[in-house]
Order: sequence, then C-alpha cells, then structure tokens
Amino acid sequence: MWMRNLLFLGLIAGGGLALGINILPPRHVKARTSYDPVAYQEKDFLETVHRADNSFREMWTTENVRPALPADDLTIARRLSLGLTGTVPSLEEIRQFESIPVGEQLPWWIDHLLQDKRFAAYFGERLARAFVGTEDGPAIFFRRRRFVTWLGEEITKNRPYDQIVRQVIATEGLWTDKPATNFISVTAQQEKENQPNPVRLAGRVTRAFLGLRLDCAQCHNHPFAKWKQKDFESFAAFFGQTRVGFRGIADSPGQYEVEDPKTQEKRVVEPGVAFSPELLPTEGTLREKIAGWVTHPKNPYFAKAAVNRVWAIMCGQPLLTPIDNLESDSFQPPALQILADDFSAHGYDLRRLIRVIARMQVYQLDSRCDHDAGDAAEKTWGLFPLTRLRPEQMAGSVLQASSISTLDAERHIIFRAFRALDENNFVKRYGDSGDDEFDGRGGTIPQRLVMMNGELVGEKLKEGPVNAVTRIKMLAPDDPKAVEAAYLTALTRRPTPEEAAHFEKRLKESDHSRGEHLQDLFWTLINSTEFSWNH
Amino acid sequence: MEPLNRRHFLRTTATLAGATWLTPVGQWLARAAETSPGNSPAKSVIVLWMGGGPSQLETFDPHPNTKIAGGTGAIKTAVKDMMLAPGLEQLAEQMESVSLIRSVMSKEGDHERGTYTLKTGFRPDPTVTHPSLGAVACHELPTDKSEIPRHVSILSAQWPARGGFLGDKYDAFLMDDPAGPVPDTKSYLPKDRDTKRLENLDVVERAFAKGRQKRVGETLHRDTIAGALKMMSSEQLKAFDVSLEPYSVRKTYGDTPFGRGCLAARRLIEVGVRCVEVTLNGWDTHANNHKFCTDNLKILDPAFSGLLKDLRTRGLLNKTMVLCMGEFGRTPTINPAGGRDHWPNGFSMAIAGGGIRGGQVIGATDPDGKQQPTDQVKVGDIHATVLSSLGIDHKKLNETPIGRTVKFTEGEPIKALVG
Repeated sequence: MWMRNLLFLGLIAGGGLALGINILPPRHVKARTSYDPVAYQEKDFLETVHRADNSFREMWTTENVRPALPADDLTIARRLSLGLTGTVPSLEEIRQFESIPVGEQLPWWIDHLLQDKRFAAYFGERLARAFVGTEDGPAIFFRRRRFVTWLGEEITKNRPYDQIVRQVIATEGLWTDKPATNFISVTAQQEKENQPNPVRLAGRVTRAFLGLRLDCAQCHNHPFAKWKQKDFESFAAFFGQTRVGFRGIADSPGQYEVEDPKTQEKRVVEPGVAFSPELLPTEGTLREKIAGWVTHPKNPYFAKAAVNRVWAIMCGQPLLTPIDNLESDSFQPPALQILADDFSAHGYDLRRLIRVIARMQVYQLDSRCDHDAGDAAEKTWGLFPLTRLRPEQMAGSVLQASSISTLDAERHIIFRAFRALDENNFVKRYGDSGDDEFDGRGGTIPQRLVMMNGELVGEKLKEGPVNAVTRIKMLAPDDPKAVEAAYLTALTRRPTPEEAAHFEKRLKESDHSRGEHLQDLFWTLINSTEFSWNH
Repeated sequence: MEPLNRRHFLRTTATLAGATWLTPVGQWLARAAETSPGNSPAKSVIVLWMGGGPSQLETFDPHPNTKIAGGTGAIKTAVKDMMLAPGLEQLAEQMESVSLIRSVMSKEGDHERGTYTLKTGFRPDPTVTHPSLGAVACHELPTDKSEIPRHVSILSAQWPARGGFLGDKYDAFLMDDPAGPVPDTKSYLPKDRDTKRLENLDVVERAFAKGRQKRVGETLHRDTIAGALKMMSSEQLKAFDVSLEPYSVRKTYGDTPFGRGCLAARRLIEVGVRCVEVTLNGWDTHANNHKFCTDNLKILDPAFSGLLKDLRTRGLLNKTMVLCMGEFGRTPTINPAGGRDHWPNGFSMAIAGGGIRGGQVIGATDPDGKQQPTDQVKVGDIHATVLSSLGIDHKKLNETPIGRTVKFTEGEPIKALVG
C-alpha cells in the first residue's frame, strides 16, 4: 500500500517538475520528435521551392510590389500549426521548438506536425468537407465519421493522393466496411429507392478533384462557360450505373437515361468526357475508368486542384480564388503550375507538397509591413493574408490556449471524447461554416458573444488543476515570466515592452487576486483580433 | 474578373444595387410607397417549423373515412367546408385568418435537403448556398433601432435558418427554451473586471495593428465586440423573457417550450425582430404515427392558435406573416410499424397574417393517395408570396460571392392569397 502512495506522490512531483520546465525557459527541454533533414536539402526539393518563389518575385517586380519582411519563426510555427492541425502550438511545444538549433527549427516543426495524429485527423476532416460536404446525409447509407477516419488513416500512411481519389471514386462495397464508398452513398436518394445521384456525384468529382464547375452547365448552357450541358450529362453517365444493393455500392449493366425537364421524354446518354478522351482507360468499370481519367498525370486540372486546396488549407486562402474554379478569369499565379508539376512528378506525395509550400519564402512572409503595401501586394501574396479562423480552429485553439501541455490525439479516449464534446458544443453555437470553405467574411456578434461570455471559454479560464491559468499562477517564478507564459500559450509570441509593462502592473493591483488577473489576461488574449485571425 | 475578396464583394454589390435602384432599404421604401396606405406591407415573419416532416393527413389535410386516413377523422372549422384533423380544435376557430396549401411539391425526401429546400425556397446546390426566408427579410428590410439580432431561431436542434450567400451575419441567433436565460449575453464578472478586460484589449489590439492598421480595421473585429457589448446591455433583451407576460397570456400559448417559444416570438417582433423561427420537433413518425401526431398537436394547437389570437388582439396580425410547415409530408400509406414515411410529393402547410387572404384552401390531394395533387404549389411560390407580402422584390437579382447572379426565389406569389 505505502508503495502505491509513494508512487503516486512521485508522479505528482514528477508532473509538477515537468510542468515547471515548460513555464521556465527551455534550458532542460528536449525535443521529443526527430526529423530527417535530408528531405529538405535534396536538390530537386530546393529547386522547386526556389522556382516557385522566383515566380512570385517576378510578379512583384512587374507589379511594382515591395513584399513584407520574413515573419519571425514563432509566427510561422503558429501558422503551420493552425494550418496542419487546426490548433495553436502548446507552450510545451514552443519550448521544444526553441530547444532546436536556430535554422533547423522550422523544418523540425513541420515534421513534428506531420507526424502528429492531429494532422491526419484535421487534414482528413478538411478534405472530407470537399469530398462529401458537411451534410449528415442519409442516415442508413452514410457514415461520415467512418469516411473521415479512413481519410485520416490514409493520410497517416502517406497514401499518394491520386490513389486516395481513385479509391473514393471507384471502390465497391459497403459503406461500413469500405469507408471510401461513402463518397457515393452520401448521395443516396430516398425518393428514388435509395439509388445514388449521378448528377450530384458528377458535380462533386469535377469540383473537388478537378476544380471545375462542370455542374453549372447542369441546367443550361451558360453563354460564357466553356462546358455545355451535354458535357455534364455525359460526365454524369459514368455514375449512371452505380447502385446501392445489399452488398453495398456496386455497378450494374445498363444505360444512363436522362429525362428532359420540359418534354419529360427520356433519352439515353453515353458516358464521355469534355476533353482529353485519350486519357480514359479502356479497362474496368465505368467508375474505374473515370477515376483513371480524373487522376491521370496528363489531366491538366487534377494536380492543380489538389495544390490549390492544400495551399488554401495551409494559408486560409486559395492560391487561385475561388477554390473550385480553376477556369475562372482570376489572375493565375504561375506557382500553381510549378507546384502541380512537382506534386505529380513526386507521386502525389501530400507531405512533400506541404513541405515545399511551408519552405517557400512567400509562405514565410510577415502579415504586416511598415510601408503601405497596397492592394497589389495582397493580390500577389506580397504579404501573408489575414484570414479568420474556422469554427473548429477556434474551438481547438481555445482548448489548447487554456492548457500548458499539448492536447493531442494520443491521449486517452475519454479525454478525447470530452474534447470532442466541448468542441462540438462550441462549434454548434459558433456556427459551422459548412463546406463553403474560404469565404473571407468577418465574424458576427453572436460568435463574439460565445467568445466573450460562452460556456467553453468560461470553463477553460477558471482556476482548475489542468487549466493554464492555475498552472502559470503556481509555477511562474515572477510576474514577467507569468505574462510571457500567457502570451506564448495564447498568441505564440512574447509581449511587446508596452504590453509587458501593462500586464505586469495589472498583476500587482490588489483589487483582485493574482489568479483573477491572470484570467483577465487570458480572456483579453483570446478575445483579440490576433487570436481570431490567422496571420 | 479579379479574385473576389470581401471588400471587392461589397463594392460589387454596392454598384449592383446602385444600378438597379438605390440601397435595399431605398428599394423597400419605394415599393412600400407604391402600395396603398391601407395596405402597407407586412413587417415580420414567424415560422413555426415542424421538424421531421409532419403528416398532412393528421394535421391540415385530413381524408376521413378513406383507406389512407388509417382511422384519422376530421373536425369542422370556422370556415365552411374547411376541415382539419382532430386535435386542432383551437386552431379551427381561427381559420378565417389562416389559409391552407395542401399541394406543396418538393423534390427532396431527405431531412437535411428537404429542410434546406423549404427554408430557402431552393434545392441544395453545390454552386451556391441560398439564404433562408428570414435572412432575406433582414437583408432587405430597414434595420430600425434593433440592438438584438433581427433573425432568431428558437429550439432549433438541427439546421437552423442561415444567411447563405448574404453572409453569416444573417444567420439566425440560436436560443433554447425561453424559460432559460438568453445564451452568452451575461458576463459572469463584476463590472470593474469587465472594464479592465476591455482596457487590456486596447493594449493588445494596438500591438497587433502595428503594420496592419488598415487590414485589422477591415476585420471589423472591434465593431463586433462593440455590437456584442451593446446587445448585452440592451433593454430589448427582455423580449426573450416570457416570464414578464401575465399568467393568462402564458396560459393561452401552453406551458411547453414550443408555446413559450411562440410567445417569445411575438415579444421579439414587437421590438423589431424581423424573423423568428420556432421549432417543434418530433414529426418524423416512421412508427406509431397517429400517437406521435396526437402528442404533437397537443403542443401545437394552443401555441399556434394562441399566437394568432394574441397577434390579432395587439393589431399585429396584419403586419406579421405566420407560417407553419416542415421539410415534407408523410406517405398516404401506413407502413407495418404503424408509421408514415417521407413524402415530398404533395403535402400541407398553413399560412396566416401579413395581409394575405385567410380561409382559403389551395390544392387538393387524392383521397386514395394515388393521383397527383391538383393546383400544385412549388416551394418557391410560397417564398415569393411571403417576400412580396413583405414588400420585397422577390425577383431581385443578387450577386453571390462567386459572382453568379441568383434571384431570391424562382417562384411566383400565389394569386389566391395575395391577389
């Protein structure tokens, strides 16, 4: 019995020590993950980064843009963390980051995040939004959770992106057993004996995987658009034989019939593609054929659409807006093609693509600059964009910012369940942004109320054994260290001299307890523009 | 076209509005002026949302003594030849103010997609998210002096009304049972700490704005905080508090969350809220349809009829549209579990107030449940009817954030109701 007590005391003491280390400067901290510097030094890796960066530099010269200076490393680390895991770095992680030799910090950090289970989970969810949307879908036939988990697993295995997409489009089987088939089953139509909807599938495939809005031609020929109604119908015909049966999703023989909305007459539509028919495989089911065509290295849109999406997830804004229309008249940054070529030349390796983007000068620019940058700078990525955090990024960041140690997916399932509950309740009140991903709108008053007075924030700012407020109060040796720890925890930076002076003075005020002052400090930080907007 | 950002979007919409007329408010005033003084347009909308899809046969479209009725009878109402299902006795007395549409046609038999269709007037479309009726009303009608959100959704468990392409700021403010407090509007701190927090915020904001002045301004973050603070201290928040009503009034609506929601809706529109959605869930009666319907009607009947009576007494009925609808109806056939399944093909809704003609019945369904309904009404027609009664140009073109122009509705006002 006394052994167990001793062990328990030992654990508490050890825990306290470990936490103290995080509050204090990083003398005794050791990074717990390792990284392989080789990937960042290979000749063709550096060449791609360089070529992509150069394409921006040329743009700046032509447009007469003076770009912002490089951001500091912690700011970039915050960006990466938000983009890859949907949450801010923990104080524990910041201390590890700072224990790495200068110059190696960012590559280490990128790999640290890529190995993290939070990355797979978050990226899986973001891709799922593009693939199947946010709808709950038909309850019997659609398991969104399974689909997202499966995507996360594929990302963990670093499955090449083209293989993921082929599975999503062409897999046969049950949605519970073969999660990829949920892409098909989400369109099951109750009023049509639960058969999948070829029109919706064609729309999703072209938008999500090719960045084309072929479905705008669904109803009529648009006078300016490149695609005709006929093109869309023939594309939909590839899904015309997909059926839901007792063995799940399968393809049956037969022909795709379309009903004319005016005359109600039926006519048969043959499957066909609007361009590059030579890329269609000759073997396989209809869905295997279209999957092969979509992901063909010579398909001019596939890699570009993927790059644009990964860029958008990392930066909060696509390289080419809107995200699902590569054919828009928007200005096309040449880097899109450069990155797409590298992506397809390297086996559609998502991790490599992320590393390339993260190492670009453009990605590492500051979001502020002392000169008047002007609209041209914003348009040409001459400074990093300010984008509002998504609801689940807000939820993740509030939870993380109220804790010193990293809240990650490795933790016990019960903690994860609690966390999911907290997050879901928050997102419900805050309002999910749906699959309308990158709309660049400001926040709303009800959202702000959730942050100012809401339950989650209130709970997390309370004094409690695992909350940052209490830990900093107990463990920070003096006021300057306490303020610094709070800033690092919530904003991933140190306070400016003005801020430090202001809050150190606050902590000395005797009208409220030190704990209350610290709560107020945290409340302030998470209600700042800086917290709510990726920068 | 250049890539769209928020500023750009604002500029484009401003030009568009300028090209067609003036601002939305200017347009509204112009339109309101066209109508005769005695016939001023409605000012607000209350949507009683029947979540799950109510059976038309057990509510607004009974077919007594038929096979499809499954034993459900019918009761007489204040309007000759207009029948309702038993359980709606109180509403039956109000039917001179209420019209029924019994031939609503939708193409979506899934809850989520059906809800989208009925709330926005459009089928789900991957190219654009349409705004709900309430969001359009808030966007198009003057703001008045509202310090609280003008679009409110009470008791919505799933898929509340959204702003769609008009923006999140037109999303409905979510509220549970009005017996409880208004969520997130009370600071849990003593006043002096609130003041200090805001002073603190100035310091942090100053640091972040350095080198980002203009762009930080464009986030409107501080304006949002100011708006939140204004709402927190607003007298208008009392409109949510139904306990301030006399007992006799509360009793009429029924002592249920939904009844309280309807009462709060009336109080809210009195202070200038444009649209309130009040949800009554529990209509997804795949099993035991008759029993569940009976239970729901006990809640709906006093609340709906109480609301109509109360609005009329206060002279608000002509200025307030009241809709009662769900995402679809239910099958004429009864399944082996004694339930009815989803049925988007000819179902019912009720519409009252806002200057529309009451006591009308539009469309009829087949007593055998086989033929198509007569005088079919598309969901868009319902939206056009409501919008035009509010004095809103329902055909107005709007540019969505992706640059596509869409109308508020593709439908036409129902002549029998507004003509």
